[in-house]
Amino acid sequence: MSRQQRLSRWWFLGTLALALLLMLVPLPSVLEPFKPYWPALILLYWCLESEDRVTLGMAFALGLVADLLNGVVLGEQAMRLCALVFIALRFRSRLRFFPMWQQTLAVLALLLNDRILLLVVRVLSGASLPPSSWWISPFVGALLWPFLFLLLDDLRARLRIQ
Amino acid sequence: MARARDESSPLFAGNAAGTLRLIFYLALTMVLMVLDHRNSWLWRLRYTASTVIEPIYRLAGLPAVGIRTASVAFADRERLTDQNQRLREDLLLANAKLNRMSAVAVQNERLKQLLDTQHSLELNVQLAHVIGVDMGAYRYQITLNVGARDGVKPGQPVIDAHGVMGQIKEVLPTTSVVMLITDPSHAIPVTIERSGLRTVAYGSADGGQLSLPNIPLAADVRPGDHLLTSGLGGRFPPGFPVGEVRSVAPSATGMFQMAQADPAADIDRSEDVLLLHDQAEPDGPPAPITPMGPPADLAPPAQATPATSASSPSGAFAKQPATPAPADSSGAPP
Repeated sequence: MSRQQRLSRWWFLGTLALALLLMLVPLPSVLEPFKPYWPALILLYWCLESEDRVTLGMAFALGLVADLLNGVVLGEQAMRLCALVFIALRFRSRLRFFPMWQQTLAVLALLLNDRILLLVVRVLSGASLPPSSWWISPFVGALLWPFLFLLLDDLRARLRIQ
Repeated sequence: MARARDESSPLFAGNAAGTLRLIFYLALTMVLMVLDHRNSWLWRLRYTASTVIEPIYRLAGLPAVGIRTASVAFADRERLTDQNQRLREDLLLANAKLNRMSAVAVQNERLKQLLDTQHSLELNVQLAHVIGVDMGAYRYQITLNVGARDGVKPGQPVIDAHGVMGQIKEVLPTTSVVMLITDPSHAIPVTIERSGLRTVAYGSADGGQLSLPNIPLAADVRPGDHLLTSGLGGRFPPGFPVGEVRSVAPSATGMFQMAQADPAADIDRSEDVLLLHDQAEPDGPPAPITPMGPPADLAPPAQATPATSASSPSGAFAKQPATPAPADSSGAPP
């Protein structure tokens, strides 16, 4: 049993580390606007799927690590992930019972909200408005959501992790 | 177990404790952001955490390296032969030009010695590779594989084979971050090669371009004009290509002309870049001389201040502020 628990913990931390790494991997400049915000997607999955793994404090810590790696402003991603996880946890029971297409729409709304938060932070810190292609990323993230959800769920079932 | 938790957290009402925690964390992030924006703590933190961060960067850069290697490995023979042929021709041309230039350079050096100036045409450069890491912030930064241990300092100009790319913004022990000239918060003093007009090129918000928003209406600027670094401000040495003017139009206020330019350097595609080591000497007035006078411990304590300001003209001269005008236009990161 304890081996099972350890495995599940490593699996959880491993997916989060993978999300951070995917965030850093560059894409060719044509594909760049299509890159989804991976840490948000993976955190959302764990929010919906497991009971008490994801807390606000965890989202905060993950955001701080992401900030440290990404080097924009300390606390930016921590704030975005905290807001995201809070909303997701608040509506968790409902989101879980949605059919997949409704869940996808909800994820799209969450990711758009996240982009708006980011825009507010960037504009307040003096950056200029981003090009319109900047708004594509949430839609790509929402399109990927069903596949990501099914893939992670399948892997979790295979590894027999709670 | 799951059932019990679901009953304790009702479907529609939230609990106040969760909201309080959210407010606490949001306030914490805001405080962090403001403090970091003011004092740039993040970079000091990054510097101390660099032993952890840098391997992660290398790891994240691996896919890009892999794709590059694969594209060479699977490229068809014909294309490689083609490329080889083109490179040979380029090299031949460049060598021929160099041979002709070397005579001119020697002559220039001699003339400059006669004129007793300090500037030299030699370049002291260091080769660096670009690590493929996505640094967020709308892609205005690139990461290099050299850092403080290789003697890299913030502010060093970065060039590639075609022109100026940017300047070093932050340095970690074995990596460094370059701010590109297309960053909207970057400015580089330039001259227009054909007319010698001096102006400042800013990064454009659309990305990948330069904008020159304040050219006088009477100035002669045409599409196709080449921009060179002017060397004003002392950050970039003079005479490096910066870009080519693409379009000129009157600005919205009607007071100036506004030009858009394409950067000369291959900003998106460069894999190897050069770091310039000798930073150009700042043009402008020389540094103020320290006032001459008796040592401070010999001067009488009571009437020291009125005596020096009244009697010694050199002291009064030294108090004039050095004009920092050109330094303002250099593209210092905010």
